[in-house]
Amino acid sequence: MLIYILKRLLSLGLSLVAASVVIFLAIEVMPGDAAQIMLGINASPDAVEALRQELGLNLSIYARYLSWVGGLLSGDFGVSYTYRVPVTEMIGDRVWLSFPMAIYALVLSTLIAFPIGIIAAAKRGSWADWLVMGGTQLGVAIPNFWFAMLAVQLLAIKYHWFSAGGFPGWENPFLAIRALTLPAFVLALPQASILARVMRSSLLDTLSEDFMRTARAKGNTRRQALVKHALRNAMIPVLTILGLQFSFLLAGAIIVEKIFFLPGIGSLIFTAISQRDLIVVESVVMLLVFAVILVTFVVDITYAVVDPRLRRKAR
Amino acid sequence: MMRAFKMPGFLIGFILAGIFVLAAAVSFFWTPDAVDTVDIVNKLHVPDAKNWFGTDHFGRDIFSMIMVGARTSIAVAIVAVGIGMGLGVPLGLAAAARKGSILDEVIMRTNDLIFAFPALLIAIMITAAFGASAVNAIIAIGIFNIPVFARLSRGAALSLWTRDFVLAARVAGKSPAHISFEHILPNILNLLIVQGTIQFSLGILAEAALSYVGLGAQPPTPSWGRMLAESQTMVSFAPHLALFPGMAIVLTVLGLNLMGDALRDLFDPKIRRDRA
Amino acid sequence: MKTILTGVSALALTASMAFAQSTITIGDQLEPPYLDPTAGAAGAIDNVVYANIYEGLTRFASDGSIIPGLAASWDISDDGLTYTFHLHDGVKFHDGSDMTASDVVWSLNRARAEDSTNAQKGLFAGIADVSAPDDTTVVVTLDAPNGGFLFNMAWGDAVILNEGDDIEALKTHPNGTGAFMFENWVQGDSITITRNDNYWGTPAKLEGATFKYISDPTAAFAAMMAGDVDAFPVFPAPENLPQFDADPRFNVIIGSTEGETILSTNNAMPPLDNPKVREAVSHAIDRNAIIDGAMFGYGTPIGSHFAPHHPAYIDLTGESAYDPDLARSLLAEAGFPDGFTTTLKLPPPAYARRGGEIIAAQLRAVGIETEVTNLEWADWLEQVFHGGDYGFTIVSHTEPMDFGIYANPDYYFHYDSPEYQALMEKLTAETDPAVRTELMQDAQRMLAADDVNGFLFELAKTGVANAKVMGLWENAPTQATDLTAVYWAE
Repeated sequence: MLIYILKRLLSLGLSLVAASVVIFLAIEVMPGDAAQIMLGINASPDAVEALRQELGLNLSIYARYLSWVGGLLSGDFGVSYTYRVPVTEMIGDRVWLSFPMAIYALVLSTLIAFPIGIIAAAKRGSWADWLVMGGTQLGVAIPNFWFAMLAVQLLAIKYHWFSAGGFPGWENPFLAIRALTLPAFVLALPQASILARVMRSSLLDTLSEDFMRTARAKGNTRRQALVKHALRNAMIPVLTILGLQFSFLLAGAIIVEKIFFLPGIGSLIFTAISQRDLIVVESVVMLLVFAVILVTFVVDITYAVVDPRLRRKAR
Repeated sequence: MMRAFKMPGFLIGFILAGIFVLAAAVSFFWTPDAVDTVDIVNKLHVPDAKNWFGTDHFGRDIFSMIMVGARTSIAVAIVAVGIGMGLGVPLGLAAAARKGSILDEVIMRTNDLIFAFPALLIAIMITAAFGASAVNAIIAIGIFNIPVFARLSRGAALSLWTRDFVLAARVAGKSPAHISFEHILPNILNLLIVQGTIQFSLGILAEAALSYVGLGAQPPTPSWGRMLAESQTMVSFAPHLALFPGMAIVLTVLGLNLMGDALRDLFDPKIRRDRA
Repeated sequence: MKTILTGVSALALTASMAFAQSTITIGDQLEPPYLDPTAGAAGAIDNVVYANIYEGLTRFASDGSIIPGLAASWDISDDGLTYTFHLHDGVKFHDGSDMTASDVVWSLNRARAEDSTNAQKGLFAGIADVSAPDDTTVVVTLDAPNGGFLFNMAWGDAVILNEGDDIEALKTHPNGTGAFMFENWVQGDSITITRNDNYWGTPAKLEGATFKYISDPTAAFAAMMAGDVDAFPVFPAPENLPQFDADPRFNVIIGSTEGETILSTNNAMPPLDNPKVREAVSHAIDRNAIIDGAMFGYGTPIGSHFAPHHPAYIDLTGESAYDPDLARSLLAEAGFPDGFTTTLKLPPPAYARRGGEIIAAQLRAVGIETEVTNLEWADWLEQVFHGGDYGFTIVSHTEPMDFGIYANPDYYFHYDSPEYQALMEKLTAETDPAVRTELMQDAQRMLAADDVNGFLFELAKTGVANAKVMGLWENAPTQATDLTAVYWAE
């Protein structure tokens, strides 16, 4: 077990190094001179040159990569070219929006998916099953930005039930939750649809297993058997999907934050790219990739703990 | 294959997706109205007998724009799936043929690495570096498709390598490359078709999302995602502007998904038995 | 010797008046990169600090006239070369230090210095010397008479800073003399300012204000509708204005700006270097369709680079009336019977993106194909403004009276006309208003005759505000959100 974890840790480290190189190189080829943009269109060439010097833009590519990675390791993400404040500070403010929103969406997705997935499985072939299956097909087919547009139009602008966008901060948790509800719901809808389908088919698989017949034979009602035995066994694939969905939620948040003009990580990336604030782009992308790699790692390890067979099978 | 048409899901999906493929094909020869001229006087007309879906803020016929937009969506998605299959499948087969080797390890770790980048993030970075265009959107979506097909074909191929007919071929002295393409590829084709259909629908969604944030096809090329983005400030007084392009995306994706699901049921006897 | 006395409108301030609301949230599209107006050209800086935080010797009023600022009055010598400014007494910077004549000398000398990074260095070019005989008197000597000097001193780039302040620190923590003080900046989101209770002049009525940055027009609409923002002085989506107008909760404020919106043309790039081709382009463009289609009717057609609300304006739109047939025959005469292909690079604002699609279609109709590229501002600056790598682009030039840019052959239009350059030199030296007007009209005619750019329309200031918000500027003589006179009606 320990060896397996060590191996996975090594691979985690290698992935992070590789990711950092890829990100750094990708950002390097981006056009646009940060110094020029910071000083404005009429700045004198001397001033631009001086600023480039100050920002370290004149160093060799290796030196810049090493100083960036070195900074990341010591928790120093550098100073934003545009705003002249530490990137850590900027990310720090925004993480408190994006992260709770992703969690909120995950919770919503689970709350929607579990009951309807279970009902669909329990009443296979009924009209309820058909409704769920049809609804979930729609759920994955609807582009989230379109859904958001219509939802804002109807629920926020017309009926004022939710806030149309923006984030008032956490000083008033009620207002904060209210501001995040519509975005989180938009984010959760496709994931909930996928989750509900996985829940249903996983339950159906389990229901046809031998131990279910045993459970029924022991005198359990269909419902008791479902709740006591099938549900627990059906959870493994469901949890896998849930783990994977975290990265989808992070990526989806980029668009959703744009639609609802939420000051989160996603909108930070968009602004930073348009301002050529490369150090912010690099660091934020790295952070997101790190989160995804870490979640994958945790999911892998959890499996290995739950199911020792996987350890040998795993590559 | 004909069996598929007996499945209601497949049939509905085929009709839905078919309508848009047809619309895209027809748009090469004919559209009810020109999409590259503006006619400001007739802007924002509601749907009527002349403009079935109304006109947009430049007075262009929305029905015609959706037809041409279908072309953009389908072209981007097909090429992106093509890139994913064209590179992903050979890589996956090679990894399976050399299971446990350095090659296998490198291919699979690279896959993991690409997977770690959320797809939209790749797209945003590519377009930020090289500019927004349909081609760059294709590349971005295509890159994300590579590991999907690589993993799928590796997994499927691995289980085939232990089968008798492959062993027979090996005994006969055929090279791993030969076996992969001659014997393994045909046997995983079904899986690839199912996955291809699903990736195709994801590609359409991704193209729409990229165009929506302004990183897809550039004007004057009509694109569903951009039509939605441009209509956004007008939804409150001209809802038809957002309704029709949105419906086009939903119906196309729905159609492809229904087809994909039906094909999976068809090719996977276990599920078919379960759902029967 | 003429003396202009202070004309401060003494607004009686009833301190006991209880306001239902004492702060305001202002929406704006572009966030400033930093808050020092003397260090960069970004109009977004002035939108926050002009008149609110920083003040100059003179300042713009909403109607575009020049009124006293930190200088209570001034005398101009008969030869027009010496300006003696009498400063207000007891003016303090926000950090508590006194504002004296030496701060003015330092600020002006810094702005005109060799190594100055002031974006509008030209404003200070004619200054020969600045001195301070005593703490409240500043004497400025010019090389030559300059009819526009008081106007120049009203710009945001000419505000007075505290001598010896750390310029780097000012970028994030401005220290001015205005009626509001900087309070907080959440980068990427908002900037908060608060009332300066030690203000030397009429105190502001609001206790504070927040500038909220919302770049997306839809989000701006939603934020206004939801009441998250109280006013959007330059609302980005003109198509939504009728909805606000119909809603009693809101006031729509339409005014003029100094924004000449033009189809900028690269005069150095063949075939656009051919005057005949540019003339053809001018006639191929239907201004009214662009104003209707891109701005939903808000905007005034222009035929040259000059603001229609200025007294010296002459209507030259007839010179380049919409006539596609004429455009086609001009193209044929110029040797392009089948048209040609060039690029059209568009920055983010709606006037450019939408106007660009319409213009592309109009040009296509006469045979000119354009490859349209949408650019972020950063790329636009690099490729178009600095690189000169473009055929056409669409930009609104929002600086007031900025027709002088055409005298610079290195400017991104690459318009090199010795006649025009001579005309501008004459204009700068001229102080007689009547002659100045004539010269400015000559300039307008020259630009129109040479079809330097496609002159489209004067941008309208399309503002939206909560119906209870009073005192916002109607026009935009310069980029500013002057909140000093804003208050909430009961």
